[in-house]
Amino acid sequence: MPMTIDEIPPTPMNTQDSRVVKTGGWRAFKPICDNSKCIKCWTCWKFCPDVAIAIGEEGPIYDYDHCKGCGICANECPVKCIEMIPENK
Amino acid sequence: MELPPRRNFEEVNDMAKLTIPEDELMRPGHMGCLGCGATQAMRFVLKAAGRKTILSIPACCWAVMPGVWPNTCLEVPELYTPFETTGASISGIKAALEVLGKDDVNVIGFAGDGGTADIGLQALSGVADRNDDVLYIMYDNEAYMNTGIQRSGSTPIGAWTTTTPVGTTQAWEKSPKKSVADIMIAHRIPYVATASAAYPEDLIRKVNKALSIKGTKFIQIFAPCPTGWKMDPGLTVKIGKEAISSRAFSLYEVEGGAIKINMKPKKTPLKEYLFKQGRFKHMPDYLINELESDLDSKWEELLFKEECSQKMLKKK
Repeated sequence: MPMTIDEIPPTPMNTQDSRVVKTGGWRAFKPICDNSKCIKCWTCWKFCPDVAIAIGEEGPIYDYDHCKGCGICANECPVKCIEMIPENK
Repeated sequence: MELPPRRNFEEVNDMAKLTIPEDELMRPGHMGCLGCGATQAMRFVLKAAGRKTILSIPACCWAVMPGVWPNTCLEVPELYTPFETTGASISGIKAALEVLGKDDVNVIGFAGDGGTADIGLQALSGVADRNDDVLYIMYDNEAYMNTGIQRSGSTPIGAWTTTTPVGTTQAWEKSPKKSVADIMIAHRIPYVATASAAYPEDLIRKVNKALSIKGTKFIQIFAPCPTGWKMDPGLTVKIGKEAISSRAFSLYEVEGGAIKINMKPKKTPLKEYLFKQGRFKHMPDYLINELESDLDSKWEELLFKEECSQKMLKKK
């Protein structure tokens, strides 16, 4: 990251990885997947707008640092194995 | 700053059958709202277009979503342009690439519906007129969502926005949704398509097809916006699918003047689609019936056009 004015390029360029921003703090409901019911269709991975789901051996692996808890995965899951649990519990 | 290793797909099991490409060109940590349809659209478009892509983004939701300087959530270069110049800027990028002798780079303009249907229409018309080899994508969330939900040309009849308020006044949106796809068909460009973020396989196929054709291509992507449409963010995909089945939006592609409807689902009542969204909650029955018959006749027209194009193709 540039520290002085001379190091800043003449055209402002966004170069830093946005993963430093932890958007997980926006979340009100936390998705929890019951891997024993998961049929590994990866519909959750396909529709995640936050790219917060990775494909794991047993089922989806959530990136809770970035998941905003929108609930698309829970709504779209064909076997309904993802549950949205309130964060304050 | 030291970042954790990206949890990617090293551990993908061989059994996983993925219907869309697994390469991820969008990173987490973007500034999109919960359940944003436009981020899904961008993710699918980048999956289709690949790394050799230059994006041009005007003022729209996607102008803020990559993040505050110096962050960016995209792994491809992007150029921020003024509101009305998306078409002109993609033309310029393509011309510069031609001078440099690089002809394998995809140039994509990614603009919202306000930046396309209202403000950027003349630049888009210009690029279609010159028939430069670029792809213009309009993601359609049916209002100026980034600036605070003001009406655009693409807002449908009856919708609430901050500039078409509903309360003591009944000043809801009075004019029908502007069909930018029809405007582009009238420009006689090689490829025009409409797609939806709720059907990623169809969207990715269309982007791939568009990028394989030389000339100006236009794709309109239906992208639900939970914030502006006042709906549950978890319903983004369901609403996207219901929009297609209730005929509020239709998926078709036009290649060389011949139209092909990609999806003909069983009709569901328009009321179910409308009342899942807070922006249509106030709509009286007569207006819904009026809108439904209007959309039905538009659908009939589309079916008729498809029939005519098939006859035309047979003659060739």
